Order: sequence, then structure tokens, then C-alpha cells
Amino acid sequence: MSRIGVFVCHCGLNIAKTVRVSELAEFAATLPDVVVARDYKFMCSTPGQEMIQHDIKKYNLDRVIVTACSPLMHENTFRKVIENAGLNQYLLTIVNIREQVSWVTSDIEEGTAKSKALLNGAVYRARLLAPLTSRVIDVNPDVMVIGAGIAGIQAALELANTGKKVYLVEKNSTIGGHMAQFDKTFPTLDCSACILTPKMDNVLQHKNISMLTYCEVTEVKGYVGNFDITIKQKARYVDHSKCNACLACTEKCPGKGISEWDESLVKRKAIYIPFPQAVPQKPIIDKNSCTYFLKGKCRLCEKVCEQKAIDFEQQDSFINVKVGAVIVATGYDLMDTKPLVQYGYGKYPGVYNALEVERLFNSAGPTAGKVTQRDGKEPQSIAILHCIGSRDKNYHEHCSRVCCMYSLKFAHLFKEKTSADVYQFYIDMRAAGKGYEEFYNRLLEENVKFIRGKGARVTQSTEEPGRLIVEAEDTITSKFMKLPVDMVVLSPAIVPRADYKDIARLFNLSTDKQGFFMERHPKIAPLSTMSEGIFIAGVCQGPKDIPDTVAQALGAAAEALTIVVKDKMELEATTAMVNPASCCGCQNCVRVCPYGAPAFNYEKRVSEINEALCKGCGLCASVCPSSAIIARHFTNEQVLAEMEGLMEF
Amino acid sequence: MSFEPKILGIACNWCTYTGADLAGTTRLKYPQNLRVVRVMCSSRINPSFIFRAFQLGADGVLVGGCHPGDCHYNTGNLYARRRLATTKKILEFAGFEPGRLRVEWISASEGNKFAEVVAEFTAQIRNLGPQAKLKIQE
Repeated sequence: MSRIGVFVCHCGLNIAKTVRVSELAEFAATLPDVVVARDYKFMCSTPGQEMIQHDIKKYNLDRVIVTACSPLMHENTFRKVIENAGLNQYLLTIVNIREQVSWVTSDIEEGTAKSKALLNGAVYRARLLAPLTSRVIDVNPDVMVIGAGIAGIQAALELANTGKKVYLVEKNSTIGGHMAQFDKTFPTLDCSACILTPKMDNVLQHKNISMLTYCEVTEVKGYVGNFDITIKQKARYVDHSKCNACLACTEKCPGKGISEWDESLVKRKAIYIPFPQAVPQKPIIDKNSCTYFLKGKCRLCEKVCEQKAIDFEQQDSFINVKVGAVIVATGYDLMDTKPLVQYGYGKYPGVYNALEVERLFNSAGPTAGKVTQRDGKEPQSIAILHCIGSRDKNYHEHCSRVCCMYSLKFAHLFKEKTSADVYQFYIDMRAAGKGYEEFYNRLLEENVKFIRGKGARVTQSTEEPGRLIVEAEDTITSKFMKLPVDMVVLSPAIVPRADYKDIARLFNLSTDKQGFFMERHPKIAPLSTMSEGIFIAGVCQGPKDIPDTVAQALGAAAEALTIVVKDKMELEATTAMVNPASCCGCQNCVRVCPYGAPAFNYEKRVSEINEALCKGCGLCASVCPSSAIIARHFTNEQVLAEMEGLMEF
Repeated sequence: MSFEPKILGIACNWCTYTGADLAGTTRLKYPQNLRVVRVMCSSRINPSFIFRAFQLGADGVLVGGCHPGDCHYNTGNLYARRRLATTKKILEFAGFEPGRLRVEWISASEGNKFAEVVAEFTAQIRNLGPQAKLKIQE
């Protein structure tokens, strides 16, 4: 016989509107072993919590059922409530009558009936619950940050400044990310490099940061507090421990590759640093454009290198790092606009995408900051087309958030650097940010022409060779227009990195419809994920501007710190265990477990489960032919009893 | 009185249960015939759970897990997928309507899909009528 207390929450009208809560409490009182049942307006409020604690003592309760919102929302709150009243936290059961009942029906009869069934199931299950003891594990104090754009850099610096050791992993040969490609940042028109490069240098100099550039994560093992991560150091063919960054090699190199950093607008050497302020300032060799690797002859770089740092024999190597928490800040790509053939990107040389234009403005870019087109001429008229592939049901439904503002920035810079007429083709002007509306107003006075209407098509002029025609509907005058221009700038959708699926798999992250990493909760847990100890920051979570990215990075650093600041932490007690008396020794469990938690004890001829490795999925319990494995908190008896209760009503 | 099917749902914590919560958060409406049991992973589901549900009078059973390849526990749902396919075959072999068992991969961001699947499956079970073959009569 157990003594169960049932506490039904109204959640204001969130639940009470479509579930008769007092009837539900009365119903609960009639169920087996229930000694007290109450309903209350807000069970999670202090008076609600005190009511539960009071009743635990008054009625000597040994099980508590809270009938309220999803367990993913308040299970931990109520676990603490009952624990503080002296009850083991695993003796709590949550019945989800909000997200999975009251919010998904508008019929109070249906809502009440379903709630009764769910509550009945919970009572059946609660009677079979057992107290469990949380496992306490040691926590590794170090943190890994994946991606060294502004988000990763900021998070790494913040953590390093608290005295924590940080491994900053970057797949490119330099840190900096997209922000390092920009010339100016909106709305203040700060020089991007001026505010970013000091931070990049801080990373390089910081004694607590281990910078792992040209590296990729290949394997993640372990769990919160104890991640065991394998990183591939891609072969640079330059020994960076010997290189003194004289860069004589890059001058002599005859090889030519396409400059990724300059968005393919120009060529670079085969041995190169991506841009003058790159960190580290040491070159790598691109195998695909190196004359020696392609033709077997050359090695000029080797001849000019006094440090003897060139190493054509270098291989990829693997590094193993153990950390307690991870911040994923892998950033974004621009949508490939080539498939949107109506805009002619990749077909007409006068059509550019936004990142290419960022490089044209940049004094360290392919044109040394002069706005000249691929044909070498300065444009006399420029059309900037917003929302290419975003806010578009055919491609990406989401708003990419920063395009309106950077398009305004482009217009300003075009006006500053050329005498061109500049046209903005926009759907809506979204200027929600500090100083953004003001920046828009400023642009309105800079003689930029705003046309409210999405650019529909770009074609080549038949009358003036080389010129382009932008077709659009001006939705203010409801007139269709054709505008001849020299240059078209597309502001494409911001999309997740091409390899986001690999990252999601490595770190067990969920992704949303667009592929951005999903937060644990969109409002109250925006930086943590469903994987304990893995946090996200920056555009990999969703499009955002630099201030928001930096704020998220600082938040993620604080979240990671809450884990690694402690020596020890508690883990869920819901692991599996083997009853040796009924183990038949088949070793099914050993074969299926993805974490290697069960091992066969050859002496005793039974399987044993290492609790530290077990994550509590329950797979072993369901493959055990003799039911010797007990998945704690989800035992066969508990699950079947709940089902029985659910099916009775 | 018209036939109101009883449908038992078994959903994994990380994907389908969270997706079901999302359906609620976004206030999507779907039929209330489904009662969900939460397990940590779809791989926890032993075929006996399915048979037992039908014995207990379930007219349909809906199992939800993460998309294959996206399992929170790496490979759990791959085992679940194979095992549930076999379960369905056994039900069919025993002359039971296999359409009463449905397995769906619904991610945490697919609240829409959850609501659609529940509506569709409920309609399908309504068409099949009450399940009496495995139900243990009192």
C-alpha cells in the first residue's frame, strides 16, 4: 500500500479552460491508494509548492503526482519540492495535461476525459515507483568551443578569463569567421577588423586558450562533465612549431587556387594565409592547387624556407581532448543562389551575393576596397535585392534578420565609395534593433531609392550589352517596373553550415526545420540543448546580428561555467541494472549498447552494467530475453501498469 | 453512441514526446483518443508492450521515435525500427490487422507532423472499428 497525493494545477486558465480541474481532483480521490487530492491555481507558485510539502507531512505521503504542464517543463521544480519535504525525488510523477491535453483540444468534455485516463495511468505507475539515488561523478574542469567566429572567440575568452582551460576548435586555417570578412558593421559603421582583431590576438596570446585551427571534431564520447573528444588536425604541410611567419614562401609560390576567403573573387597562392591579419599568421599548403602535389615538381617554398618548416610528408593527425562542457558555435553559410535561376547569379557577371560585396568593400579584399565589378568598371547604378530565398515558402520560410540592415549598410558604402544610383528592393524594412530604425532614417536621407517590392527577375539588357534589368512590382504604386542597372546584389537566406548534420550527430543536437540547432526551450533555455553539457551560441541556433551573437556567447560561457566550476555533479539515477539471478549470459545487452556500459563477467557468467557509462535509454532491458535487466524508473512493471491505467478509461 | 477508439501512444522523450509538447505549445488541435506513455528511447519498447496494449483493449498503438540516424542514444531507434517491423509481421501472421500498429519518426521540431499523424491514425482506427481479437474479455 502506498500513500499518494494528487495535485491538479489549473495553470490559470491554460488548463482550467478545457479541463474541469476540480472534477479531476475529485476523481483522483477515488483512485486506489490516493489519500489526498487537491486542485490549485498555480501549483508551481510558492503557495502551491508549500501545499504539496505540507500535505506530504500531514498525510505522510510516499508518492506525489503533479497533474500540470509537461515534465520537460517542471519535473525538476517538483522533484526539488518533494525532496525538500523529505521524499526521494524519483517518487514524483508528472501528468502532462497542458501541452498534451488542454492546449490541443477545445472541448472540455474530451479534455476532462483524457486527463482522467492519464491520471489513472499515473496512479498505477506511481504505486510501483522506487526511490533511487543519484550518481555523483567527477567533472572535468575544461571546456571546448567549436567554431572560432565572433561567438566562439567571445565565449572562449570569457571562459579563459575565469581561469578555465579552453580548447577552441576551428576548421579553417584562421580564426575570425564571417565577421573577419566584413569591412564595416551596421548600424554604427564600426570597422569590423578594428573591433575583432584585438579579440583574435587575445585568443592567440591567452595562456588558458588552446587554439586548434584547421581542425575538425571526428568523435565525441562520454557525457556531461566527462566528454572525450577526438579532433582531426588536418595536414598543413607546414610545421607551425618551426615556422616564424616570414611568409617568404607565399611570395615565391607559383601555385594558384581560388581564394575561399575572398568568396572566389580572386586567386590566391597554394601556400597562403587567408588574409593579412589571420591568426595564426602561419601558412598552410592547399594540396589541390600546389604544383608539387599536382605535378610532382616545384618545392620552391621548401627552398626559400630558412626555418625548414615545409613538410610535404605531413599527415592528418588526431588529438584527444577531455572536457566537461562544450559550446557549439559553428555559424552559418549563405544560401547558394545559383538554383534560383531567375536572378542569374553565376550566369551574369554583374550579379553578386552579399558576402562577395563585403569583400569588395574591404581594404584587404580583392579590389583593395575599391568598388569595381568583375569587368573592372565602377558601377553607375546598383540594385540591392532583399529576401532572396528567405521569407519565401519555396525555399526558406524564415527571415534571415540581418539582411535589411546590411543591405542598408551596402547602400551607404556604395554611396560613399561610388557615384552610383542605389536602389533597394525590399518586402518589408525590418529595423528592430538598437539604433537600427535611426540608421534606416539616415539612409532615407542619403538619396538611396527604396522600392517596396521583391525583385522578381534579373535579365540581360538587349539594348545595352553588359547591363542588367531588374524586374519587380512596386507594391506601393502597384506598378510593374523594369530597371536597368550595372550591378545587382543579392541578399540571400542565411542557412546552417553545409555540414550541420555531421555536427548535430556528433553532439546529439536536434535541428529545426531549417537545420538550425534546437535549444532546450525557445524562451527559458535558449542556449542549452537536449544534450546535457552541450550549449549553442550564435547563428548556428538561428540568424542573428553581432550584438545578439556576442550576448549569446557570453550566456553560453556562463552556462558552461555552471558545470565546470564544480568538482562533482549529480547525474540521473535512471540507469539499468542486471539481476544476476536471472541473467542467462546471452550477452545481447553487451552487443547492443552504444556506450559499452554492459560487460560480461566471465567468472560469474553474467552481464554487469557500469553505471557511469549508462545513459538510461533502456535498450538493453528490451533485448534481455530473461528480463534480467531492469531499466530503473522505466521497468516493465511500471510501464505496463501505466498502460493498464491509461486503457481503463 | 458512436465508436470512440482508445489509442495508446508510446513516445521517446527526446523527439516525439517533445514534438507532442510543441504541438501543444503552438495550440494545434487533434483528436483526444490518444494516451501517451513516455519512455526515454523507442528502443525501450519491448514487443510485449505492444501485445499487452492490445490485450488491455487498445484499438490502436502509435509508437514515436527520433528519425533514424538522429537518435538521442545514437542507434537505439534503429533497433526499435527493426523490432517493431517484426512485431507488425507477427501481428499480421496471427491474423491481426497490422494497420492498428503505426510507427512514426517525429522530431522535436515536428509539432505539425505529430498532430497530423494523430488525426490520421485516429481516423484510420475509427474505420477499422473496435479491436476485439486480442482484447481480454472480462
